Amino acid sequence: MSERNPEYDFKWCPGCGDFGVKRALEQAIGTYTEEFEIPRTSNVIIAGIGCSGNMVHMLDGEQPFGIHGIHGRTLPIAFGVSTSRPDLNTIVVAGDGDFLSIGAEHIPPTASRNPNMTCIIMDNGVYGLTKGQNSPTSTTGQITTSTPFGKLDAQMKPLELYLSYGVSYIASHYSSKPKVLAEFIFEGMKHPGLSIIHVQSPCTTYNNTYDILRGSKKDNIPGTAFIVEDDHDPSDYDAAVALINKGGVPLGLIYKKEPPTINDLQDKLIKEKSKKVEDILSSYSI
Amino acid sequence: MTQKVKSKDFVIRFAGEGGQGLVTSADAMARAATGAGFYCQTFSTFPSQIMGGPASSQVRISTTPVLSNGDAVDVLVVLNQYAFDNHIEDLSENGVCIYNAQDCEPSGEGNFFGINADELAKESGNTRAANMVILGAVANLIDFKIESIENFVKERFSRGRENDDEIIKSNIVAIGLGVEVAKKSGFSVGSLDEPIAPDYEQIMITGNAALSLGALSAGLDSYYGYPISPATTILIWMEQNLISKDKFVFQVSSEIEAINNIIGAGFSGRKAMTATAGPGVALMSEGLGLAWMSEIPCTVIDIQRGGPATGLPTKTEQSDLFACMFPAHGDVKLPVIAPGSVEECFYAGSLAINWAERYQGPVMVMGEMSLAERTENIKKPDITKVIDERRNSDTGSNGYKRYQDWNGELSPMPIPGGEVAYVANGSEHDEIGDTTHLPKHHVRLTERRFAKLNLLNDSPFEIENPESEIAIMPWGATKGVAREAFDKLSDKGEKLTWLYSMALNPLPQEILDQLKQKKLVIVPELNFQGQWSSILRMDGINSVSVTQYTGLPFKPTYLSDKILEKIKETEV
Repeated sequence: MSERNPEYDFKWCPGCGDFGVKRALEQAIGTYTEEFEIPRTSNVIIAGIGCSGNMVHMLDGEQPFGIHGIHGRTLPIAFGVSTSRPDLNTIVVAGDGDFLSIGAEHIPPTASRNPNMTCIIMDNGVYGLTKGQNSPTSTTGQITTSTPFGKLDAQMKPLELYLSYGVSYIASHYSSKPKVLAEFIFEGMKHPGLSIIHVQSPCTTYNNTYDILRGSKKDNIPGTAFIVEDDHDPSDYDAAVALINKGGVPLGLIYKKEPPTINDLQDKLIKEKSKKVEDILSSYSI
Repeated sequence: MTQKVKSKDFVIRFAGEGGQGLVTSADAMARAATGAGFYCQTFSTFPSQIMGGPASSQVRISTTPVLSNGDAVDVLVVLNQYAFDNHIEDLSENGVCIYNAQDCEPSGEGNFFGINADELAKESGNTRAANMVILGAVANLIDFKIESIENFVKERFSRGRENDDEIIKSNIVAIGLGVEVAKKSGFSVGSLDEPIAPDYEQIMITGNAALSLGALSAGLDSYYGYPISPATTILIWMEQNLISKDKFVFQVSSEIEAINNIIGAGFSGRKAMTATAGPGVALMSEGLGLAWMSEIPCTVIDIQRGGPATGLPTKTEQSDLFACMFPAHGDVKLPVIAPGSVEECFYAGSLAINWAERYQGPVMVMGEMSLAERTENIKKPDITKVIDERRNSDTGSNGYKRYQDWNGELSPMPIPGGEVAYVANGSEHDEIGDTTHLPKHHVRLTERRFAKLNLLNDSPFEIENPESEIAIMPWGATKGVAREAFDKLSDKGEKLTWLYSMALNPLPQEILDQLKQKKLVIVPELNFQGQWSSILRMDGINSVSVTQYTGLPFKPTYLSDKILEKIKETEV
């Protein structure tokens, strides 16, 4: 919680998965800042609108920069930051409603450009801040305030989308193991290109999926979350498809490749085609 | 034989189908004329399709600087029957029409004659020289020095290729054949006086290129854009020219992306810009509100076309003013800069990105199709004198309290990587940018967001005859034609005040003082509602509009007649 500012009046509910993601993010930023010897202020967090977007006000300790923008537009704002200032560590935090519903149009084009930035998606399968409506990742048939007789449409499969759009680093995890999650976020930050760490971050008020993820030994119900086997080859596209199609929530690195980033490509262009304003002006002389 | 009457300026129009080289012909005439010391302004109109469709391109050549497209056409070149039927009524009383004898058969008699340009081109030994034949004929009709056209041809085709000499020679032969046909026709529309050639260095440039160059000269760092007529030429210009270390240019996937891209770039410390047209402004609405609320410098250029919705994508209109000044929900009034000429486009481009830095927020620039695409010869801007103004980012003792009360100065805006950090917040916030619902902060920061507009007090303006009770106040690209109408009315003895400001928000204090003193302010503008006069009335100014919403610019005589009608109405 932001102890530095008593006037800030937002709270996450007790037990919210986002607390775990916050600890993981703080740790990843700390590690990255130390390892690459950059100022803490060279970290920029672009937050969406929703419970998860408040992350940017809640971090403890020395503060990074933040933008708490408008609903659904984290990717284009981050694209502007990352491409204009490739020296910064550009981080997106958004929820499933923000990123996968109103903001979904930005994922394919951003993936095809491969800008160097890291997205942490907190998926709770519900719109929490507006009090419990159906989100793209709510399950079919699920009762929510906006689907009182059960959700009619299909549940979106974000990992499958990321993979087919060409996102160059895809990891999946949950909020209950912040230390492990922090490692995947840190790896995403180090990865030169677009990284998405998709995190199951349950909403204890409207969609408490802790038990579904963990399962119950007592009732002999297996959890949906499972650790990705050591022999999974993340550079193998077909293996990534197979892993996602197993169903459930894989915990680990799904896919990784290293195509050039958009700034790598543009730097090459600048070396070959660089222009001076004086010369451009002269080209209009009569 | 027509009597020779004109000597100061001529309008020459080429009409036919898109793809027939109409723009090239008008451009060639303009370049030949500027090379000889004349002043020129071109104008084109074409349909929204890749090939074909009725189109026309014209050039006004004058011995003095050109303010508008003029009233009527002095030399009309029509390449098909449709063009003849639709343009002949624009011909001036003593004008002459040259028609393509292969595809056009005008009925009756009039000031027109046919020319078989393709056949004459063959005769010249260069089948592609048909437009040269026509240029020769046009030149003869206005008594334009053939030597000047020949000089243009020599320059244009000296490309360091083996067959340069051969092409130059055949083109000159073709020009001569055109001259002969025109001579035989017996027609003439006048004889151009010697130009009063400018004593300064000139460039020949379009409005959109001038705007782009202006922004680049003032240190533009990043450009993100999406193709849309008539703003696409700015995207293309940037892709070709915004290339050097630490610069970034990219075609993104929508106007929603573009506005959010420049917000990200502006936040990160860069001077960032995008250009669009009305439909794009509509999509940028929420983003512009964010830039205003979180106080992030960025510049949006709106090259207006006919609206609403897809509207008239390739025609001109000034109907986006409400949308640009009040683009977003909530309490918002954005700075608006609307250049009135190609030369002003250059200075608008640099002023806008400097204003964005100075007041830490979004700035709108409003061009329009007729200004964006026309070519003019203008004084070469001295880029060494263009200032590259940057935001006050000295965070010194201020800590990260980025959103302090307005006290005549703006608290500095830290840049990522520097000493201290803050959150740029689109929700109402406290001094460090954390979300808050406390009334005191909403009051404090709403007032700050409007008060800081006071920093934008250095835009160019014009005041003439301040003692009169009635004023003419055009905005944007209507400035030139309004000036021509104003001069006509002044010559007739009408006593009017001339008011013009390149910035529409905030208005310079001197202009505001003048406006408030006037019995009547007449605003010529290309929209139905009279948008600028409506906004002026919000400030208690007695303003009325002379409107036109045809998709075309005003003509000077029509406009001066309409202004006179407004004056008479007031007197009654």
